[in-house]
Amino acid sequence: MARFNSIPWWRTRRTQDVAFQVLLLVGVVALVAILATNAMATIQRQNIATGFGFLNNTAGFDIIQTLIPYNETSTYGRVLLVGVLNTLLVASIGIVFATLLGFVIGIGQLSGNWLVARLCRAYIEVLRNTPLLLQLFFWYFAVLRALPGPRESWGVADVAFLNNRGLYLPGPHAEAGFGLVLLALAAGAIGAIWMAARAKRIREATGRITPVFPLALALIVVPPAVASAVAGFPLSFSWPALTGLNFEGGTVVLPELMALVVALATYTASFIGEIVRAGIQGVARGQMEASQAMGLTRGQTLRLVIVPQAMRQIIPPLTSQYLNLTKNSSLAVAIAYPDLVSVFAGTSLSQTGQAIEIIAITMAVYLTLSLLTSAFMNWYNARVALTER
Amino acid sequence: MSQRRPPRVVMPGPVEWLRENLFSTPFNSVLTLVALFLIYWIVVPFVQWAFVDAAWAGTTRDACLERENGACWPFIIQRVDQFIYGFYDVAERWRVDIVLGALAAGLLWLTLPRMPAKRGIGTLMLTLFPVVAFVLLVGGFGLERIPTERWGGLIITLVVAVTGIAASLPLGILLALGRRSELPVVKGLSIAFIEFWRGVPLITVLFMAVNMLPLFMGVSVNKLLAALIAVALFSSAYMAEVVRGGLQAIPKGQYEAAAAMGLGYWQSMIFIILPQALRLSLPNIVGNFIGLLKDTSLVSIIGFFDLLGIAQVGTSDANWATPNTALTGYVFVGAVYWAMCFSMSRYAKHLEGVLASGEKR
Repeated sequence: MARFNSIPWWRTRRTQDVAFQVLLLVGVVALVAILATNAMATIQRQNIATGFGFLNNTAGFDIIQTLIPYNETSTYGRVLLVGVLNTLLVASIGIVFATLLGFVIGIGQLSGNWLVARLCRAYIEVLRNTPLLLQLFFWYFAVLRALPGPRESWGVADVAFLNNRGLYLPGPHAEAGFGLVLLALAAGAIGAIWMAARAKRIREATGRITPVFPLALALIVVPPAVASAVAGFPLSFSWPALTGLNFEGGTVVLPELMALVVALATYTASFIGEIVRAGIQGVARGQMEASQAMGLTRGQTLRLVIVPQAMRQIIPPLTSQYLNLTKNSSLAVAIAYPDLVSVFAGTSLSQTGQAIEIIAITMAVYLTLSLLTSAFMNWYNARVALTER
Repeated sequence: MSQRRPPRVVMPGPVEWLRENLFSTPFNSVLTLVALFLIYWIVVPFVQWAFVDAAWAGTTRDACLERENGACWPFIIQRVDQFIYGFYDVAERWRVDIVLGALAAGLLWLTLPRMPAKRGIGTLMLTLFPVVAFVLLVGGFGLERIPTERWGGLIITLVVAVTGIAASLPLGILLALGRRSELPVVKGLSIAFIEFWRGVPLITVLFMAVNMLPLFMGVSVNKLLAALIAVALFSSAYMAEVVRGGLQAIPKGQYEAAAAMGLGYWQSMIFIILPQALRLSLPNIVGNFIGLLKDTSLVSIIGFFDLLGIAQVGTSDANWATPNTALTGYVFVGAVYWAMCFSMSRYAKHLEGVLASGEKR
């Protein structure tokens, strides 16, 4: 007993661990305190306002694309909201296209077709090895800005027009009674989901396969169609038309938004393509051979055997690509698409000078988005992983 | 007694090869036609634009205006100095040449297989080279001082990328060890630090550096230094995750063996665990560097004239206003980035192969 006590208390592992951590904590707190004191002193010297009161002040500048009502008399708080929504808009559109293109490229790399496989490989090697900002400049300044003017637009059947001011599409306008259609659509969708769940239950319990797709499709299409007939077709479209020097009517997709979506989607697709290829190749070879031995076609093998297993490997890195895409959407500031960084950390910061508050809010928004996305993907990942028996 | 003979290997002729690889099924044939169409639609006009219809000779934009459907190479040829040195004083550019030459020579020495004294060269590159490069680029010790505002082009790109990776390596190793530590405070702080930087976009970090660092330090900070600090902090978080991956791949037996030999925590890390973990992470460290090199282009948003920034300046220069200036600039800068990144990604692939063959043995 005495022998063990002969180690003096200050030399035991436990004491040293605690002492080291206390020192580290003191050091970090001291660093933060020094930086904060410096910042306070500088802020007082330069007479910069502090606090979050500025969010209620009038911003006084216009924004070229807003998803919610906004004008020059709106507040900085409103600017923040507009910026966040624009970021979410570009990120969600980008994620959809990047996923589609990425899966095509990834599967294409494994194609038995020599030319297709090489083409997909070349796509990945070119886009992955050049900076995203360069690609964004290319799409914006060299492609979209170089398109002909409104009078020489490229038109598709007098419905859609593309020129250097954007992509003009028919604009939907909801009229009275449109809520009924949406309600019917929601009810149909819930019914379809319930049907799919029921079919899965039956299949897992009895092994019997019940056809889902035709009925689910009918559930999604028929109720809204009936509802809109009952309500007297409450959706009208305004068509873009050239009046004078520019188009009027319809909706316009700004070239900034288009360039950003194209750049983000094509760039991220090159990474997703690699992830998909690795995921598919990670599925054991025997699985492919076994399903071929069972007489499944190549398409069935891919859809029913390979992809469900590959998804387990694909989803975790896919999540981080989605996060990267969302974070990369901040490059919008370089082409003046009004995203969060551009209107809030850019224009608002230079007008108010409140760098600490604005940068903190901006970073907090991105951190929240990151945490939410990874939480959702973890949940989804757990669901996919659980199907293993 | 019948003798087993190996099956005869028949080399397919070109027609068989085509049928096998491009036209095996109707669907495959359609794919081939679509691919051929894409190549015809993208590659042919590009070659036409970049080479056949391009302007090559000449010193002003008039040469480019004559050939309006082709690249404007005189723009690049006339400004190649700017693309490398930015606005660095012409008489002092030999200093940059020495730094770039030494960097290239050192990297080649380290990456080529079977070169002698790699360890010595590596140590020199990590210790002596940064000091010499700093003095040569900045000035002092009898050399004229060149303010960083005049730096530009390839120098800015490489300085930001190389400093970022060099500074993030030690910081990233510490963070990775911290994240795997059993001490709750160390672990918590490491996780918070890593996840914070990984959760925010680089451009907000750069904004933070140029706007907030002067506030926090209480003095005005050189803008390039602010950007370098931002890039180092940002990439250290990514480096930490790469190193953590390497650490996780080390079998538990290695830790236990080190402990059984009586090595303390730092001894076992420095002599046993880290050498193996870093070797395993090397391909991913190179991959990280590729990402960082591409990300350096973001400094053009906060007002530096890196490779991309110089191209942007050129496109808004009235002396070179042609329909093809911008595209030519982007294609040139893209080709430079591509050459650097692609060669590094090949090197990372090669390293993976070397490591895998070492494992197989």
